[in-house]
Amino acid sequence: MHHLKLASVVVGLSVASSGFAATEVAWWHAMGGANGEKVNEIAKAFNDSQDAYSVKPVYKGNYTETMTSAIAAFRAKQQPAIVQVFEVGTASMMAAKGAIYPVHQLMRESGQSFDESTYLSAVTGYYTDGDGKMLSMPFNSSTPVLYYNKDLFAKAGIKHAPKTWQDVEAVSKQLQASGVSCGFTTAWQSWVQLENLSARHNVPFATLDNGFGGLKTELAFNGPLQVAHVTKMGEWQQNGIFSYSGRTNDGAAKFYSQECGMFTESSAGYAGIKRNATFDFGVAELPYWQGQVKQPSNTIIGGASLWVLQGHSEEEYKGVASFLSYLSRASVQADWHQFSGYLPITKAAYDLSKGQGFYAANPGTETGVVQMTTGTPTGNTKGLRLGNFVQIRGVIDEALESVWSGKVDAQTALNTAVERGNAQLRRFEKAND
Amino acid sequence: MTVTFPQKGLPWLLLLPQLVVTAIFFLWPAEQALEQAFYQEDAFGLSREFVGLENFIDLFTDPLYYESMLTTLVFSFSVAIGGMSVALLLAVMADRIIRGKLTYQTLLIWPYAVAPALAGVLWWILFDPSMGPIALWLDNIGIDWNHYLNGNQAMILVVIAATWKQISYNFLFFLAGLQAVPRSLIEAASIDGASPFKRFWTIVFPLLSPTTFFLLVVNLVYAFFETFGVIDATTKGGPGQSTTTLVYKVFDDGFVGLDLGGSAAQSVILMAIVGLMTVIQFRFIERKVQYS
Repeated sequence: MHHLKLASVVVGLSVASSGFAATEVAWWHAMGGANGEKVNEIAKAFNDSQDAYSVKPVYKGNYTETMTSAIAAFRAKQQPAIVQVFEVGTASMMAAKGAIYPVHQLMRESGQSFDESTYLSAVTGYYTDGDGKMLSMPFNSSTPVLYYNKDLFAKAGIKHAPKTWQDVEAVSKQLQASGVSCGFTTAWQSWVQLENLSARHNVPFATLDNGFGGLKTELAFNGPLQVAHVTKMGEWQQNGIFSYSGRTNDGAAKFYSQECGMFTESSAGYAGIKRNATFDFGVAELPYWQGQVKQPSNTIIGGASLWVLQGHSEEEYKGVASFLSYLSRASVQADWHQFSGYLPITKAAYDLSKGQGFYAANPGTETGVVQMTTGTPTGNTKGLRLGNFVQIRGVIDEALESVWSGKVDAQTALNTAVERGNAQLRRFEKAND
Repeated sequence: MTVTFPQKGLPWLLLLPQLVVTAIFFLWPAEQALEQAFYQEDAFGLSREFVGLENFIDLFTDPLYYESMLTTLVFSFSVAIGGMSVALLLAVMADRIIRGKLTYQTLLIWPYAVAPALAGVLWWILFDPSMGPIALWLDNIGIDWNHYLNGNQAMILVVIAATWKQISYNFLFFLAGLQAVPRSLIEAASIDGASPFKRFWTIVFPLLSPTTFFLLVVNLVYAFFETFGVIDATTKGGPGQSTTTLVYKVFDDGFVGLDLGGSAAQSVILMAIVGLMTVIQFRFIERKVQYS
């Protein structure tokens, strides 16, 4: 009896002491479904690996909801230590100097070893400041690629995956001749058909290195290349080579139902396509216009990164830093990359996946990584840093829709979008200067 | 009948809970929105600049804002009138049923329990151009349905999605209204040889006018203020801006775009419009309403 009491006191003490020791770190994220479960798994593995810190992941809804709740929480001084923010929110986060704790600074001040050169610059570049220092930690990044239906291709007698937009046009005609009603459809039209189109051809989407050079940036996506591409897409919409299917990735339905033979979509869409396609499919790099560029440049990323917010104790920040180091480990990265289809953020994780034979076993999963890492990113391909980018994308969606429906020509539509988008940039400049 | 209170304090005390709720949930946020409308501010609230009327000037010099107003009017009246007509028809039918009356009525009320965003998703699936059953059926009878490109079709879709839910609510009130119509009046009219159609328009409908008026106000307010969830789930305001109503724009600029000043200015305008609408309704339309 006596022993039992003593034992329970000891147990109670040890529970209490471990409760004291583990500093809690709140992590708000936007990963639902299978990826959300994976996030919990990663946090648990980190928590089990040491007992000083305990990361608590909380699902906060979609990207917009997560960002809005984090901002509302910050205003109420209840912010989490880590929040996942989508790429279009980068400029807003970056401009909020008093609210964020830059990752490179956090790592240095917490005494974590942190070598920025081990990260893939095409991925981290999107989230760096003017000096190339990492402000946030990329978590889930993807880039647009072209998925194609191998069964339909074989039926139409097409031997090779298209490399250029000229190929896409020719292949689409062949598909149509074989009875397929549409050549291709696209997801995220602004991201794929304008932002990445510009990067692929190394032309500016906006001035001052796509906004990396400061808040005075102005949109520039009404240049000859973009106008020619959108004009062509408008024609294609009329003759069925292209079929518009909405602003997000609803177009997947047209690809699954084999209404369209090709689909430009995020590399992270791979798992979904693999699950839903009842046919054999292939993954090709995002096409470019032959004659417009000798060697296509790297594409830019989409997805989200982890931002650290101000207002927490030194102890918590140590926990954050140690968690971010853990996340960057090759084994953790490779596991996340292979599970989710998002790009690896370090060279080591890429090499590890290759060594494990992942790409050989899952053909097509390497396409995005290869496409991302060709060449050194330039001012036009590093990424986009535009304020009020959510609204600007809305403006672009509207402009493109007016071209697809045949109401306005490409030049006029893109000019209007640039003008309206610039008004948004000026509002942002004013609010954040 | 008038109740007189012995002291002045008691009536205020009884009113207090309602006054507190109104002040905290309506007046305070309204005041905040009014103040915010004169500032431009970054999302985190770290820097804030007084800009006077600039947020309003930006709106009123934007031709698209006027287009959005027109869109809102078309949308709101379609929702209000469509929803009320269908509900009235259903209520009249359900009122005549003798057997299984309760079952019909219960089934017709159900959709009201569906969350707006869910209702949106439901209709979005039914009308999906590639796989939606309704879209495929329309395709079969020769209508090329693609609300991603066709603005009018997108408008029809959001009107249907927004109306569907509201029909149940309207139905409930119309049914109650119909049950309050004295049977003796209708019986007297039938004895005089009035047709069912005539009985409805000359006796029942005028007696329903207080209900109809109430529903008109409620439905317009619903269409103006509570439909952004439905629009977000179905069309996201597109294609172009063909389904961007004023309240969707408030939601989109404020919560998605984090432009708090611009969004607040829009809510202030929206508040003014609804205030004006209510005044108009009570001053001009209510005169035609016969209460008992």
